Amino acid sequence: MSTTQWESVLAVPVDEARDHIQGPPDAPVTLVEYGDYQCPYCGAAYPIVKEVQARLADGLRFVFRNFPITTAHPRAEQAAEAAEAAAAQGRFWEMHDLLYENQKRLRDEDLHGYAEQLGLDVERFDHDLAEHAHAPRVREDFMSGVRSGVNGTPTFYINGARHDDSYDFETLLAALQRAAAA
Amino acid sequence: MPDTSVDHRAAPLPPGTEAPDFRLPSTPDQTLSLMEFRGQPVILVFYPEDWSPVCSDQLALYQELLPEFQKFNAELLGISVDGIWSHLAFAKDRNLEFPLLADFEPKGEVARTYQVYRAADGTSERALYVIDADGIVRWSYVSPVGINPGADGILRALESLEDGA
Repeated sequence: MSTTQWESVLAVPVDEARDHIQGPPDAPVTLVEYGDYQCPYCGAAYPIVKEVQARLADGLRFVFRNFPITTAHPRAEQAAEAAEAAAAQGRFWEMHDLLYENQKRLRDEDLHGYAEQLGLDVERFDHDLAEHAHAPRVREDFMSGVRSGVNGTPTFYINGARHDDSYDFETLLAALQRAAAA
Repeated sequence: MPDTSVDHRAAPLPPGTEAPDFRLPSTPDQTLSLMEFRGQPVILVFYPEDWSPVCSDQLALYQELLPEFQKFNAELLGISVDGIWSHLAFAKDRNLEFPLLADFEPKGEVARTYQVYRAADGTSERALYVIDADGIVRWSYVSPVGINPGADGILRALESLEDGA
């Protein structure tokens, strides 16, 4: 046995003003994902999250936070900063989706291309990336994940408690439905 | 997640214990001893094997957190029963910049001393120790072998060292 035990719960609560959120604030269930844009497991989870969102509709609030493990995924940090640079122009989710749909194309020129594709102010976007303007935000997410017990990606929290089960569609949906009914 | 209801994890040395000193190879021609780090906190990470998926994720996370550990002036040391050449190749492949010590000969001796050797597997537990500047164990934790313990426990332990200082 360990000499110290604690539950893994979300250390930094969801903040409507700060977080990237899809779904209504009063939804009965909040799903938080800590994810890495270059991580293949997160790529596999991406369509599953879309599917549970479609199924639960307004019954679900989904929050995405950055957890780039650059030691393993050298493009993950820049991709996370690209999503935040898009967020600065009000287009976080479009960029988030493009990154997960193009996980193997995360070079600087790819990111630039996605910004163009979304009709962003590309000059501002490139500048933000070059200056690492959003690196502090990404690190803040990362550390909030560490303090919440994130140990790899993706890690999910359902109404603040770490989801330690599989994230295949049926299991994740059932866990969300249980939380909604609780 | 694997079923953890039936596990037979070792009990690590409890807080307050003097951390047993050791000397192990960190490169083919260098060794490190625990005593060399007296005066600063040490995080000892026992992990089962180089190259296994969970170990790789766990150590990548710690690599990512080196700047946080450095804020506490803490030294991170990985230890497994793998030989030094395996460690070197593994560290290079996974971009790990902290020492990986080879508890290779006699095999697992340091893991045994720290009560985290798994004789049946011939590897160590996935165990964490935070040792203070005076060489006293302040926190120890054995994780189920298949589960990455993350880093929040280490950070909490380092913070409590500072609070107590």
